[in-house]
Amino acid sequence: MADISEKLQQQVMQAYENDTPLNIIGGNSKAWYGREPQGEPLYVSGHSGIVNDMPSELVITVRAGTKLSEIAGALDKHGQRLPFDPPYFGEDATIGGTVACNFSGPRRPYAGSCRDFMLGCTMLNGKGEKLRFGGEVMKNVAGFDVSRLMAGSMGTLGVLLDVSLKILPHRLAEQTVVIDAGFKQAIKLMNHWAGTPLPVTAMCADGNLVYFRICGTPSAVERSMRDIGGSIYEDGKAFWKDLREHQLDFFQSDAPLYRLSVPPAAAFEPLAGTTEHDWFVGWGGAQRWLKSDVDFAVVQSYAQKLGGHAKLLRGGDREAEVFPPLAPALMALHKQLKHSFDPKGLLNPGRMYKDL
Amino acid sequence: MPAQLLSSLAKLLPESALLTSEEALRPYECDGLSVYRGLPFAVALPETMEQAQSIIQLCKQLNTPVIARGAGTGLAGGAMPTKDAVVLSLAKFNQIIEVDVDNRTATVQPGVRNLAISEAVVEHGLYYAPDPSSQIACTIGGNVAENSGGVHCLKYGLTVHNVLGLKFLTMDGELIELGGKALDNAGYDVLALLHGSEGLLGVIVEVTVKLLPKPEMAQVCMAMFDDIEKAGQAVCDVIAAGIVPAGLEMMDSLAIQAAEAYAQVGYPTDVAAIVLCEVDGTAHGVNDYIEKVEAVLTGAGAVETRISQNEEQRLQFWAGRKAAFPAVGRLAPDYYCMDGTIPKARLAEVLKQIAAWSDAFGLPVANVFHAGDGNMHPLILYDANKAGELEKTEAFGKKILELCVQVGGTITGEHGVGVEKLDAMCVQFGKTELEQFFAIKDAFDDKRLLNPGKAVPTLHRCAELGRMHVHNGELPHPELDRF
Repeated sequence: MADISEKLQQQVMQAYENDTPLNIIGGNSKAWYGREPQGEPLYVSGHSGIVNDMPSELVITVRAGTKLSEIAGALDKHGQRLPFDPPYFGEDATIGGTVACNFSGPRRPYAGSCRDFMLGCTMLNGKGEKLRFGGEVMKNVAGFDVSRLMAGSMGTLGVLLDVSLKILPHRLAEQTVVIDAGFKQAIKLMNHWAGTPLPVTAMCADGNLVYFRICGTPSAVERSMRDIGGSIYEDGKAFWKDLREHQLDFFQSDAPLYRLSVPPAAAFEPLAGTTEHDWFVGWGGAQRWLKSDVDFAVVQSYAQKLGGHAKLLRGGDREAEVFPPLAPALMALHKQLKHSFDPKGLLNPGRMYKDL
Repeated sequence: MPAQLLSSLAKLLPESALLTSEEALRPYECDGLSVYRGLPFAVALPETMEQAQSIIQLCKQLNTPVIARGAGTGLAGGAMPTKDAVVLSLAKFNQIIEVDVDNRTATVQPGVRNLAISEAVVEHGLYYAPDPSSQIACTIGGNVAENSGGVHCLKYGLTVHNVLGLKFLTMDGELIELGGKALDNAGYDVLALLHGSEGLLGVIVEVTVKLLPKPEMAQVCMAMFDDIEKAGQAVCDVIAAGIVPAGLEMMDSLAIQAAEAYAQVGYPTDVAAIVLCEVDGTAHGVNDYIEKVEAVLTGAGAVETRISQNEEQRLQFWAGRKAAFPAVGRLAPDYYCMDGTIPKARLAEVLKQIAAWSDAFGLPVANVFHAGDGNMHPLILYDANKAGELEKTEAFGKKILELCVQVGGTITGEHGVGVEKLDAMCVQFGKTELEQFFAIKDAFDDKRLLNPGKAVPTLHRCAELGRMHVHNGELPHPELDRF
């Protein structure tokens, strides 16, 4: 619980002066993500603490090094939560790292992503200038939306100092039901129910079962269960947490793990060289994991045919590109944007793309 | 140059798609904020992507500013032309390209009207959620450029939360595609950055929106208060009770009286404030929550509550609120609509200060308020024909926006900066942020030809105004002369 923003600012200014590349480290719970980290470590987890908790405004402002567990605990006291259900991937996970990765959990298709709940941030750009964008209110169109741009930028545009996020109340009741279904049928079922007003807040499929989580008032949950049918899955809470944290058996493998983002109703046809056992479908069909030694380029082209894109999430060759390739004009724009924030290219260089 | 520009444009477009006479240009002289006007050099109405690309490339070559325009319903002068600029109207890009029911998306051209999307998909039980009050006229391209909101954004988000994919043209005429029908896109979130960028970064040429299933049911609780502070607190209480209303709106007595006189929907005219709280979802959920809403509002001191008993009554409850702007428009020759956002807890204090200034300036104010998300629309009543009254109104408006920033809010919640709030931007941001904005602008448009002079004020302007945001305890523009 300390404000070390001045120290961090000095460190970034120093790095700018000396042309020292920096590797921004929060809780170090996601060091496995993205390309291989390079540069001098810049430790930001000391910059932590809740700055402003405003339950009736549905807004919380926290320093970037604050642990997710601390935020969850504070929000829970008012019956509230981070709506995007972030995975931790380690107990030291911080909000800054979560925003930098734009990680969201099983609730994401129905509630929104981490980026959707970004309201404002304070950050250091690559020159060590301290900048404040957005604010602590839900509607704000003053200036370019840099706060949302920061989400998912992997620390390549700036060092987050604090973030303001929209929060939401817990739902009153929750129940998980399962129906026997292979992937093809599961994708049909999930998209069918996603097209109705029922309060479904998570759906996934493992090839044998399709899982539905329903959250709302007790009577709304009961009625939705009747409509959807299937049987109650007793340990629902633990299941969704294990899915979020990649603790399910499916994720216990040494093979590279790919993550595909595709239109939710895209038909399921296993890629050549893979079997149904290599797949897990989340986000109601919109996020699909593949554990396989198949070449990244092959997976990418498969995802593109489905109307989406793929990234290498864990394992594999982290010296090569791991994120989806960008069209030349878009990559050129990325480089110019990177340059506008970090003219010397010192912040997390190459962590996202080789040339960023 | 003008002659060369004109002859080159004429080669790119059919005669009917290029407007140059003063008479033809006049309808384009302003957007919904008609106090700021200017005629452009020409208006181009391309019909094809190739035409739009060539116009942009030509303008870049000849250093001519390009001002993209949708329906012109903006409220901040964001589409106001300048005399050296070509207005690029997207009015002819008005086709719904695809409705994908399985994936719940619609891909549309930028000139498609907001409401037309929902109308096109109603048969599938779907709709497009953001509902700015101009939704029958405003276009989706403009909605993206302004990141438009509406009365339902507390629950359903702004435009940025409901767009999955975009295609846009850069100032080089290059077509860039972002996202699609998947839930996220690769690389930086340029898609989010373009939302609310007010035409300064690119020209939107195609939008893929997310469609939502229509709620089974919606119900409104209308609560009357004899004290505006109690009403403000009631709004906070609803949120603190764990309810996420689909809409949570508030009006003060002058707005209520105007709305009732105009729409005759049965609002009591002797109360200090009305709060409208709508919940939607499944019938079961709505029944549970509307009772809770009523209990909270009563507990907060409402003198009377009414719950809509059917769809007709629900629409009737809303009719007064939705008619508030034209209704207030009958009270005075002109009104000036503000758009600041504040933390809800500061509402009573801000309204009191506005009332005090209203007396001091001698200008009445009616308040309508997207209370759930803290977005205020004070409407300052004035008469533009009275010498000095517009200037007085603008001065009053600026004080309100400064107050919004002071209490932790922002100068614009949903209408944008345009030309109107450039000075207020100097209050909200310091030198380093403004420089970063220009650096972003340059990354997209190095010659600064896309809608120049809007949205982001130059450092000189801020310095000359003396409206300086004190940043980290330092004065923001030490390198500039002060006048």
